[in-house]
Amino acid sequence: MSNTEVQDDAINVDTEKGNFSYPEDYAYDAGVGLSEDTIRYISDVKKEDQWVREFRQRALEIFHKKDMPTNWATKDLENIHFDKIRYYLSKGQQPSRTWDEVPDDVKETFERLGIPEQERKFLAGVEAQFDSEAAYSHMKEELEKEGVIFVGSSEGLEKYPEIFRPYFGKVIPSTDNKFAALNSATFSGGSFIYVPKGVKLKQPLQAYFRINAENFGQFERTLIIADEDSEITYMEGCTAPKFETATLHSAVVELVALKNAKIQYITVQNWSSNVFNLVTKRGMADEGAEVKWIDCNIGSRLTMKYPGVVLKGRGARGEVLSIALANDGQHQDTGAKMIHLADDTTSNIISKSISIGEGRSTYRGQVHMPKHLKNCKNNTECDALLINTHSRTDTYPAITTRGQNNTVQHEASVSKVSAEQIFYMMQRGLSEGEAMSLAVNGFVHELLKAFPMEYSVELKRLIDMEMEGSVG
Amino acid sequence: MNTLSENTMNNPAKTAAEPGWLAERRAEGLAQFKTLPAPAPNDELWRFASVGRLKIDDYAPTGAPDAATAEALLERSNLVSERAGRSVYVDDHAVCFEGISEALKAQGVLYLPIEAALQSHPELMERYFLKESTELGSAKFFGLHAASTRAGSVLYVPKGVEIEQPLVNYYWTSTQGTAVFPHTLIIAEANAKASVVDVFFSETKENEALNIAVSNLHAADGAQVFRKVVQDWNEQTTSFQLDTTIAGRDARVKNLAVNIGAERARYENQTRIEGPGANVKMYSLTVAEEKQEFDQRTFQTHNAPNAVSDLLYKNALLDNSRTIFSGLIKVAEGAQQTDAYQTNRNLLLDPTAEANALPGLEILANDVRCSHGATTGNLDADELFYMMQRGIPRRAAMQLMVFGFFEEVIEKVDSEELAENLRQLIHKKFDAKIA
Repeated sequence: MSNTEVQDDAINVDTEKGNFSYPEDYAYDAGVGLSEDTIRYISDVKKEDQWVREFRQRALEIFHKKDMPTNWATKDLENIHFDKIRYYLSKGQQPSRTWDEVPDDVKETFERLGIPEQERKFLAGVEAQFDSEAAYSHMKEELEKEGVIFVGSSEGLEKYPEIFRPYFGKVIPSTDNKFAALNSATFSGGSFIYVPKGVKLKQPLQAYFRINAENFGQFERTLIIADEDSEITYMEGCTAPKFETATLHSAVVELVALKNAKIQYITVQNWSSNVFNLVTKRGMADEGAEVKWIDCNIGSRLTMKYPGVVLKGRGARGEVLSIALANDGQHQDTGAKMIHLADDTTSNIISKSISIGEGRSTYRGQVHMPKHLKNCKNNTECDALLINTHSRTDTYPAITTRGQNNTVQHEASVSKVSAEQIFYMMQRGLSEGEAMSLAVNGFVHELLKAFPMEYSVELKRLIDMEMEGSVG
Repeated sequence: MNTLSENTMNNPAKTAAEPGWLAERRAEGLAQFKTLPAPAPNDELWRFASVGRLKIDDYAPTGAPDAATAEALLERSNLVSERAGRSVYVDDHAVCFEGISEALKAQGVLYLPIEAALQSHPELMERYFLKESTELGSAKFFGLHAASTRAGSVLYVPKGVEIEQPLVNYYWTSTQGTAVFPHTLIIAEANAKASVVDVFFSETKENEALNIAVSNLHAADGAQVFRKVVQDWNEQTTSFQLDTTIAGRDARVKNLAVNIGAERARYENQTRIEGPGANVKMYSLTVAEEKQEFDQRTFQTHNAPNAVSDLLYKNALLDNSRTIFSGLIKVAEGAQQTDAYQTNRNLLLDPTAEANALPGLEILANDVRCSHGATTGNLDADELFYMMQRGIPRRAAMQLMVFGFFEEVIEKVDSEELAENLRQLIHKKFDAKIA
């Protein structure tokens, strides 16, 4: 299929609707709805190998076969109309290498997201994602010299199949859940990263994600492989302009930490409040390896995300630190999974949620220790803070323990900001709103410290913004 | 073969001229049993339960026991000697109903077999009997209970009347393949005080049985009720126990269950707080061994403000046993100033035992204090070492620690005699294992 043919299908988006949004002239557009043709079309555009095509088609079958998980999840999922979603859009470019090659309107959008400044500061490499295809990709020379691969998903599968194929779809198989299957069928964009043996990246890698078309879902696919004794921190942050109808975001992120490797994956999620954010994230930790998820959810209409770690090798460690903020009309359904599969493995989950107005936050957790294991430990703490009378919070952990010398402890608490605290601060001249904001920041302070500095500053500001008008 | 589906279900328990409302409730129950689907593995309310092991078809109600059996079991119905009344049922047939004293009768207290109460106090029974189903997953089996129940006792305590000693109900199974449907109904009017002990025993180690027991406890404003359950079926029994407590303003209710027996025991315990200031405690202690599965589902609903509910479920697991604790605290909108707590402690004594915990919270009010904690672990190695270092043999030290673990629940029993009897029951189960 040639470029000129598809260019005619470019869509018109009412730019008045968004907070900020620029006219889009998508070079490739797979149209609306999901069928075998849509999938074939994506494969054609990406000129994919036969095995990738088959992978997508199989996943599509699985997606159609699987039921919506409404037996345990919210009925809001039924409001997703799969036939009204655009599954693929692209600028029709190869991922760009230099800043000059990036189209001006895309640059302008990024400008507002603050990417160039971020990069100038100290970032090692930026893979900024504009809609489904990576529009800008850059890597510092030192990284390349060390043999680190940092590319988009298509490029990764095409150029480095020997590295990525063995792990692709292995940590999260297409059969894992309906949305993982959807992603496996329609994925485009995302980051594929390989860190060679012994390489310890001192600076974090960063990617920004963004949705910029009405009714358009994003299906990024990320795979990070940290070879033996290597270390990497990856940051993913996202913001999206507002649109009238709901959009779907369904990513799959797979992490592979080989022997003694360390992966830290940081997410700040701030989609606009009409986005369904249904994400599957899972890491595999080999012997002595460590996988750490740091996750902050502020935006979206419904987020369902339960980062997990499969502790596969002896002495592996898994950690999930999560902050969720649910305001009016939002449901943050987050949590964590820790699957212990080897002796001496430890896992830690700390989750804090804040429900404001009519917001609802939910924690779901799973901790699993089978019977042949020894000396495994899990600690789970989840605390919820309720700000207003109609705020809501739920906690649904599931813990299975067998084996010798395994210990699991789970604690959860629900509370409100104490009247004494507020009184104390107001008595010293703070307004009620300021006092509330301060108390909430205090509630998440411990976790905010786990984020890199600029993130925690930004998060503090975001929390202040969300708290505006919640009292009085 | 006489099976439940062919026999019981089509001929719900028929006694002399049942009132119309009861016939209706029984028919409704039967319909519920027939139409509701059997529990499936992907059903959230049955998560982790081995639903495949759930077989109820090969059981049917059986006839009255012979005089010798009745006599022997009556003799063995002796957990509590100081009591206000006692009932003993064998295979759902009453072999003894020791009524209350004339003094209590004069104060208006009723303690009657269900069938007698239906005759003498139809209005009271219409108001309370078989009114509370379960929201925790066994509605189908509640239906079968409603259609079939004929054994059990009713306790009614009028306003302000206090009964010091407990009423004790014994429910035995004896005949091979019997199905029993015991029902305990407790109604405590405003500021009344009472305590009830329900005991579930099997005659031998071998007789297979199905039990679907229901208990409803209504504590009106200011009432104080303490209900204790001792479940020590043999390990050939499939047991359902579907309990509901409804607490009014300032009511004080304690539920305490000691679960030792059954091959597979499902215990659904729901508490509904309808009046402000109520205080409900839910305690449970379980000893699981061999291939036993204890499946515990609890629900603490706060529909009124300023109330307290506190739950403590402790499980000790041996061999290949499994326990499932699934608890939910639900604080309704407007139920401000609620204090609701839930604690589940699992002690794994063998590496092959499996403890599952699903502690849940659903909070729709903001001015609340709610927490849950679930821990699973082994005996503390340091404590064990300390005792061994002082000359206590390893096995004995382990036993001491296990009893220490249970004592937290046992000491809440409030009756030295019953507490001691419970310790004996637990000892009996443990001695063979640990010694």
